[in-house]
Amino acid sequence: MAVIDLANPTRFLNFANRVLPWLAAATVLAFAFGLARVMYAPDDYQQGATVKIMFIHVPTAWLSMMCWGVMSVAALGTLVWRHPLADVAGKAAAPIGAAFTFICLVTGSLWGRPTWGTYWVWDARLTSMLVLFLLYLGVLALYWTAEDPGRGSRAAAILSLVGAVNIPIIKFSVEYWNTLHQPASLFRKGGSAIDLSILYPLLIMAFAFTLLFFTLHLATMRNEILRRRVRSMRLMQAGASA
Amino acid sequence: MTLGQHADFIIASYAVTVCVVAALAAWVILDHSAQRRILGDLEEHGVTRRSQRKSET
Repeated sequence: MAVIDLANPTRFLNFANRVLPWLAAATVLAFAFGLARVMYAPDDYQQGATVKIMFIHVPTAWLSMMCWGVMSVAALGTLVWRHPLADVAGKAAAPIGAAFTFICLVTGSLWGRPTWGTYWVWDARLTSMLVLFLLYLGVLALYWTAEDPGRGSRAAAILSLVGAVNIPIIKFSVEYWNTLHQPASLFRKGGSAIDLSILYPLLIMAFAFTLLFFTLHLATMRNEILRRRVRSMRLMQAGASA
Repeated sequence: MTLGQHADFIIASYAVTVCVVAALAAWVILDHSAQRRILGDLEEHGVTRRSQRKSET
């Protein structure tokens, strides 16, 4: 089956039904392996055992931004090519992105209290991350509350594209502004500043969370296609009985 | 493995993550079975999609 065939919703459903059990199993295995490595990862010489929060905080932060990237590409597909599957992909990604951003904010706050001495500070990184969470809620509100699904989808797609401006702001906020949040430790000039004994578990957990994202996204897309079928069948039923 | 004096913060972080992911997974699974059930009910009442009718003829 060619990739272009997946643009057909029926073929996409068949693909999702075949792939999802394998993807879910791979996700569980990746988390089991990752958490085992996290358990035996050493404490940080400055932060002690609180470094264990990093293994969920950092992957969810990356994925909250990647998920917005997926929504922005999907928004282009919705606005430029008006492809229904692009709209399905965008709508399905929004709740997952909101959940990951929420986890990132809460775990960051719980990590901040013992490390910085405060749960929250209005610095550029934390504030731009909170803005991302509010943008996710805005997109969800547009999808879920619009009376005309088509208009809601177009409005959400526009907000997804406009909100993409926030992604580089989040990424570079720790470089352009003086923040309490530390600068990048992994993707930076001169290579990673993290010791390999902590870096490996972090990368495995990031891989596990990425698999989780794709599993949930595929499953949510499948649900959304079925929901649209239900809607069109109800409209036909109502038209036939009128 | 010892979590030290800040064990509460570490446990709370993992607990929140597990709760949010579990809620998301439960919503996805329940939503799927609900959509499948509604589709089944509609098909039982003779409602079919246009593409389904074309493939049957």
